[in-house]
Amino acid sequence: MEHYSMNLNLRIWRQKNKNDKGGFADYKVEGISSEMSFLEMIDVLNERLILENTEPVAFDHDCREGICGSCSMYINGRPHGPWHETTTCQLHMRAFKDGDTIVVEPWRAKSFPVVKDLVVDRAAFDRIIQSGGYISVNTGNAVDANCIPIEKDKADKAFAAAACIGCGACVAACPNTSAMLFVSAKVSQLALLPQGGPERKTRVRNMVAQMDKEGFGSCTNIGACEAECPKGISLENIARMNREFTIASLLSED
Amino acid sequence: MSKESFFSSSIGRKIAVSLTGIFLITFLLVHVGLNATILLNDGGETFNAGAHFMAYNWLIRVMEVGLFAGFILHIVLTLMLYFQNRTKRPVAYAKVDAKENSRWYSRSMALLGSLLLIFLVIHINQFWSDKLVHVYINGEQQIDAYTMVIEALRNPINLVIYIGAFIALSYHLLHGFPSAFQTLGWNHKKYTPIIKKLGVIYSVFVPGLFCIIALAIYFEFVQ
Repeated sequence: MEHYSMNLNLRIWRQKNKNDKGGFADYKVEGISSEMSFLEMIDVLNERLILENTEPVAFDHDCREGICGSCSMYINGRPHGPWHETTTCQLHMRAFKDGDTIVVEPWRAKSFPVVKDLVVDRAAFDRIIQSGGYISVNTGNAVDANCIPIEKDKADKAFAAAACIGCGACVAACPNTSAMLFVSAKVSQLALLPQGGPERKTRVRNMVAQMDKEGFGSCTNIGACEAECPKGISLENIARMNREFTIASLLSED
Repeated sequence: MSKESFFSSSIGRKIAVSLTGIFLITFLLVHVGLNATILLNDGGETFNAGAHFMAYNWLIRVMEVGLFAGFILHIVLTLMLYFQNRTKRPVAYAKVDAKENSRWYSRSMALLGSLLLIFLVIHINQFWSDKLVHVYINGEQQIDAYTMVIEALRNPINLVIYIGAFIALSYHLLHGFPSAFQTLGWNHKKYTPIIKKLGVIYSVFVPGLFCIIALAIYFEFVQ
């Protein structure tokens, strides 16, 4: 595909801090290469803003190779922008045309309060993981990796669930701000493997309780989360968590 | 770590919604089956006999209580979840491109359900009224649910409301049917595609049959 450069109109959400009301600011950027990533385009804007002695746009980023889950921009009405199974850092400017107007907003959910500009506080996800997204093992000598046989099918499904990078696009995309896709991926990756077995029932109950406590909305199977997930996490995980939770709750003694 | 009770959890409530939904789906099948006897064009003999059975069989009367409970639970729970969910995004997005990731009827279940609720009130008022029960209780008199239906559906306003409601029902089912199974955790590589296809067939065929019956009455194909 031919390389090209473009001029763009950006409408970016600016908010000083979590108590500020915030609002949109319009910027024009010129000479943007089609081969830049979306974050590099914001870098170009920010360098100019710094030279102009104004506050650069705050945004989350880390690995810039699509695996850390830091970047979190709601671009033109969709989390991580228009490309399928792509994080914002892997979204490239060839997705846009010269003269386009691009609206950039932070994830919007009560459970993800805005910290500044496009940065939101996703600590709710960390607290959900802390409530059960782990296995307890006594450390000692490293165990041989293949000493517990695992069916290929289950290993593949657990791996697919473990691909979740916890970016929060599912919550951002969901009209209800439900976190079910994230939590179900984290429940599934352990429920499918023998190592997750001993804590399986308490894990799902604790994680769902924490999810509800964090104030995420409830799932109505709209499916926007799966469609927008940069890692293609399947709705099958939500069904699995529903099963896990129902069995664990109904059979528990407390 | 504090644990939630099953039915106070978000998942537990959703499971109650899906179970009542499936119950209402089966009820609808019975209802359309009875209505379809109108198409026999036998002057309402079979239909009235069916209506009589439904009104006097004790098992049906007991199930009727369950049906009302099912309706009320389904409506109350979904409206509760809807209003809760609406508070979860205090600042709305300026731009949302929802058509790229989901279907409009999946996002509009509360609206479609509310339209159905309005229809349900009209419908019960029209066909399941004291009038009907009264006629039944007076025994000897000929029960005539059939004439009642024919008269109501020959009115063009009633017909439009009726058909509008079944279009809403069709879309409501198009999401609700497969969604109920997903909520129950029935997601399986082999069976989910079958459930989805069944859902589409059900959502088109059942409301469609209700409409065909109504149109047959309106255009006087049945006397």
